[in-house]
Amino acid sequence: MAMTAHTARPQPWRRELRLTLKGLVFSFPWLLGFLFFTIYPVGASLYYSLTRYDVLRPPRFVWFENYIDLFSGDPLFGTVIRNTLYMVIVGVPIALVAAFLLASLLNNKILGRPFFRTIFFVPSIVPAVAVAMVWLWIYNTQWGMINSTLASWGLLAIPFLSDPSLAKPSLIIISCWAQGGSIVIFLAALQDVPRSLYEAALVDGASAFRRFRHVTIPMCTPSILFVMITDLIGTFQSFTLPWLLTEGGPNSATELYGLYLYRNAFRFFKMGYASALAWILFLVIVAFTALVFRSSARWVYYGGQVE
Amino acid sequence: MGQLAGTVGLPLTSARARRQKPLTFWLGRLLLYVVLLTLSLLFVLPFIWMISTSLKDDPQVYHAPPIWFPSPRLWSNYPGALSQQPFGRFFINTLWYALPATVGTIISCAIPAYGFARFRWKGRDLLFYICLGTMMIPFQVQMIPLFITFKKLGWINTYLPLVVPAFFGNAYFIFLLRQFFMTIPLELSDAARIDGCGEFGILWRVILPLARPALAVVGLFTFMSAWNDYLGPLIYLNNVKLYPVALGLQQLRANYHAAGQRLVWPYLMAASTVVIAPILVLYFFTQRTFIEGITVTGIKG
Repeated sequence: MAMTAHTARPQPWRRELRLTLKGLVFSFPWLLGFLFFTIYPVGASLYYSLTRYDVLRPPRFVWFENYIDLFSGDPLFGTVIRNTLYMVIVGVPIALVAAFLLASLLNNKILGRPFFRTIFFVPSIVPAVAVAMVWLWIYNTQWGMINSTLASWGLLAIPFLSDPSLAKPSLIIISCWAQGGSIVIFLAALQDVPRSLYEAALVDGASAFRRFRHVTIPMCTPSILFVMITDLIGTFQSFTLPWLLTEGGPNSATELYGLYLYRNAFRFFKMGYASALAWILFLVIVAFTALVFRSSARWVYYGGQVE
Repeated sequence: MGQLAGTVGLPLTSARARRQKPLTFWLGRLLLYVVLLTLSLLFVLPFIWMISTSLKDDPQVYHAPPIWFPSPRLWSNYPGALSQQPFGRFFINTLWYALPATVGTIISCAIPAYGFARFRWKGRDLLFYICLGTMMIPFQVQMIPLFITFKKLGWINTYLPLVVPAFFGNAYFIFLLRQFFMTIPLELSDAARIDGCGEFGILWRVILPLARPALAVVGLFTFMSAWNDYLGPLIYLNNVKLYPVALGLQQLRANYHAAGQRLVWPYLMAASTVVIAPILVLYFFTQRTFIEGITVTGIKG
């Protein structure tokens, strides 16, 4: 940290250097972390992805074999990609719409809004392990909450987690239940929409539905974008809930990317292979995020929040 | 068209207008409450089911139609479940790494956030955007090299991998705090500077006291995320004695599978209730902070 002598001559570059050093000192905790816990692992995993590495023996450089194996030799990889894309392309919009609609309901002048808000929010802060345990029991094919009720009415049970075609939708249902964070964000955004816009729309004779579609939704698009991107990134990486509920079954119907990666790394100890998987995931996430951002210029409306 | 006025944001009522509301308005209101109450019931149902099961005698679980209000209520399931595994130990374990991680995060995020927010320096914005960019890197990319490094350091089966990184900043919270710090008027910093305060002094005496709500949000979210963390402890901890509650709960279930026994659902539900309870209590006492924290990130994001 340089201490400049107090001189009458202007030495702007000295001052700037001093400020930059000060800035770096403040950034130090993060900079060190960036080097050790971001740069190094990211680089190392790129290197590992080009090796065969089972931790016991030193890594063996194999160039792009892992990547080639993934795309041509691995029968499960295609399934994993399909499953994960399904959860992202189908699951994220469904959850988002559900959250937005719930927030819209809460945005009315109702008694006990904090009460309702709490009920919708709490599921999202509950530990995933507990969520898995409870829903495992709710979905239980023979004695679960839903199926034992159906049985007592003489109806057939719904094999939520044991039928390959029902497993992913069952996961989506749980994710809709746990959208509390998004609901709170949307609620705040909804409350920020200027009343004057609604009044103007009303003067123009707009119906409630049209007001919702042409005033409410457009004014909330920044928050919608934020939730969409964070949900997207989170869904691509999701691990805990599917792992604990189905462990990838039935018949790999819920073998999502996060699970497959974990399995390869910590069950099969194919660290190189798993690193290749990780890098592909990284690139896919970046690509999707960039795509969504690009498209956002067309449908997101900023401004109008100043007043 | 007043019934769902709030949904479409109409300005709402004066007393006179209220008196003149048509019947359709009140019917609409009623419908709204019915819908909200129904949805609320649906949302709470999993928890009711959980607690209801936790008070059952095991045979009662295998009953159709399902018993919602078991009698007698087997409160003994709770100590019973918690004694299957050393849950007391699990709780302490969780605190053992969640608390240091929380403290570390607050400190290591407030300092860089100050640097990014309160004075200009060359390279500041570039570094900040890089910091933000790191948020997009999936944990899986760092997971494997970190595991290997920690293994070589001998940190596996300790809490170090879960605590030490917390002392080196977290992009998400640096972002949050930076946004907040930027809302504090510059005059306050300037006044302190004139009084001879160095930058660290300004941070400590001026900014931090004003930033208590934001720091509370960071602390709360960090603690909660540590309490709920499953993948982290799963990778780094092998010894059951070190398990936090998240792993402990799963261990309860795994033990039944390992012994070839049928799952004792009342015990599993009782244990789940106990694992959830502290978070609910915490939420109850810090509601405002929670909601504000999420709102701020969502709006500014």
